[in-house]
Amino acid sequence: MGNEMIDVPLAGTAIANQEVFAETLQSLAALDKQVVVVTSDSRGSGKLVPFGKKYPAQIVEVGIAEQNLVGMAAGLASTGKKVFAVSPACFLTARALEQIKNDVAYSNNPVKLVGISAGVSYGALGSTHHSLHDFAVLRAIHNITIIAPADGFETAQAVKQVAALSQPFYLRFGKKPMPLLDIEDTIPFEIGKGRVVREGDDIALIATGETVYPALQAAHKLASEYNVEATVISMHTIKPLDEELLAQVAQKCKAILTVEEHSVYGGLGEACAAWLLKNRYHKAFDLMGIPDEYTVTGSQTEIFNHYGISEEGIAHRALALLRV
Amino acid sequence: MNLELKSREYRRKILKYILKAKAGHTGGSLSCIDILNVLYNEVLNVNPANADAFDRDRYIQSKGHCVEALYVVLADKGFFPESDLETLCQYQSHYIGHPTRKIKGVEQNTGALGHGLPISAGVALAAKMDSLSYRVFTLLGDGELPEGSNWEAALSAAHYKLDNLCAIVDLNGLQITAPTTEVCNTEPLDKKFESFGWAVRHVDGHDIEALRAAFGALPFEKEKPSVIIAHTVKGKGVSFMENELKWHHGVPTEAQYKLAMAELESPLAPEGGI
Repeated sequence: MGNEMIDVPLAGTAIANQEVFAETLQSLAALDKQVVVVTSDSRGSGKLVPFGKKYPAQIVEVGIAEQNLVGMAAGLASTGKKVFAVSPACFLTARALEQIKNDVAYSNNPVKLVGISAGVSYGALGSTHHSLHDFAVLRAIHNITIIAPADGFETAQAVKQVAALSQPFYLRFGKKPMPLLDIEDTIPFEIGKGRVVREGDDIALIATGETVYPALQAAHKLASEYNVEATVISMHTIKPLDEELLAQVAQKCKAILTVEEHSVYGGLGEACAAWLLKNRYHKAFDLMGIPDEYTVTGSQTEIFNHYGISEEGIAHRALALLRV
Repeated sequence: MNLELKSREYRRKILKYILKAKAGHTGGSLSCIDILNVLYNEVLNVNPANADAFDRDRYIQSKGHCVEALYVVLADKGFFPESDLETLCQYQSHYIGHPTRKIKGVEQNTGALGHGLPISAGVALAAKMDSLSYRVFTLLGDGELPEGSNWEAALSAAHYKLDNLCAIVDLNGLQITAPTTEVCNTEPLDKKFESFGWAVRHVDGHDIEALRAAFGALPFEKEKPSVIIAHTVKGKGVSFMENELKWHHGVPTEAQYKLAMAELESPLAPEGGI
């Protein structure tokens, strides 16, 4: 398979997913008065200050009270409003987990839960502010779709698409400026369908959210320095998993490596592993994420680098898996 | 049928279906049934023929465990055939032991405590945002009041001046372990709600006329959410169940059921309003 060269944009053109989210939401709110944002003293982190100024009738502030944030969001959504409940992912999916489970998912109130500054975005603020559990806990709850977009294109598309759907969603992303994957013209974004960012037969790098970009960088390094061709997938929808695409890469590639900004327990990697084993794809397989330990102190990038979620680290694990 | 008689009929049915299911929250269903009786028969603008009307009043039962009371009233109002309740809590029945939206007329899935008030505040806020005149009622148990989410929502309801929201506290004074005052004292409850910005009234939760008057006076103050503190008796209407902890989720034996029926079929006392 050919190595489709990706023109990686300069960092200067990068934009944080949560900024794209806030801008997209403004464009939706302008067209539809039923679009409502609920925040828990989180409009600053969520880049929603301009939204609040422009559409004061469409923003509900509950203060620092995440349980009430989700409960009220469920009540608002039950009346037909298109509700985005926005709070740091760490608090939203832990403090308000029972409200997510019962008031949103079980009651089928179509709230769009938005976990901002997700994963280790808050870096050195420490584990209280990290969300490395959210995929795991939400995967075990019926009736909620989980999406972690990789770049601004995926974020904008995800926000537009979930706004039009009357069902519960969880979107999570961070505040680090992310370069565009530069495939937006060729590969559409569809909920539940992973995007093949690059094709190669040797190994599949299946990543999600802000780990897609370092996975893509690693793929370039593998090709140019080791003659190893990697498929890179942005598996933006964690649940439901794109099983069709998994089957395709399992048939094509010699090995599979997953990468995520989440605990190695219960996230994308284990979801892929379970599906592959169950379907008799006995491939060389490894998963990368944050190990089960007290997370090292550092910025998001430093934490990523520490655990190998980087161009170097991912390439290294891929080579080890292929025994190159 | 006057509502006093209706309440006795509801009580008989609550016990009938709890006996049949061999499960249920007997004491609390008997303590809140007069409240539901007045709400559904005289207050709420709901109609089974148009159950999803956008401007209907909403009733959200936060103390979801007392679902038998709700099911009996909804059946009586024609939301579903009463015979459905024969399947209560049985394998593959939609009639589970807590409110579920699978049942026509049930607004929200509840059961975990401390959830009704935040959801109700959201629904009430939606009415204000859309300038709609529907009202939202939620029934809270006194035992669930230590859940912090209630007080988060109490703050927001006052902050957003939700005078279309009415919470009713079924203050029967008992929870599964012991009297509420011993488990976690929430008194003085009226002062707590007042200090959170709510308008408060006390009422005898078994006095139909007093309940009627309280609901008729809503909102108690303009631009404030209202709370009715309904003083009730757990197990009300059956002498040996009243104020007895074991009837929290006690299921009567056949013999106890017959005794209870005899009490609930005896003529009403003169003050009962016949």
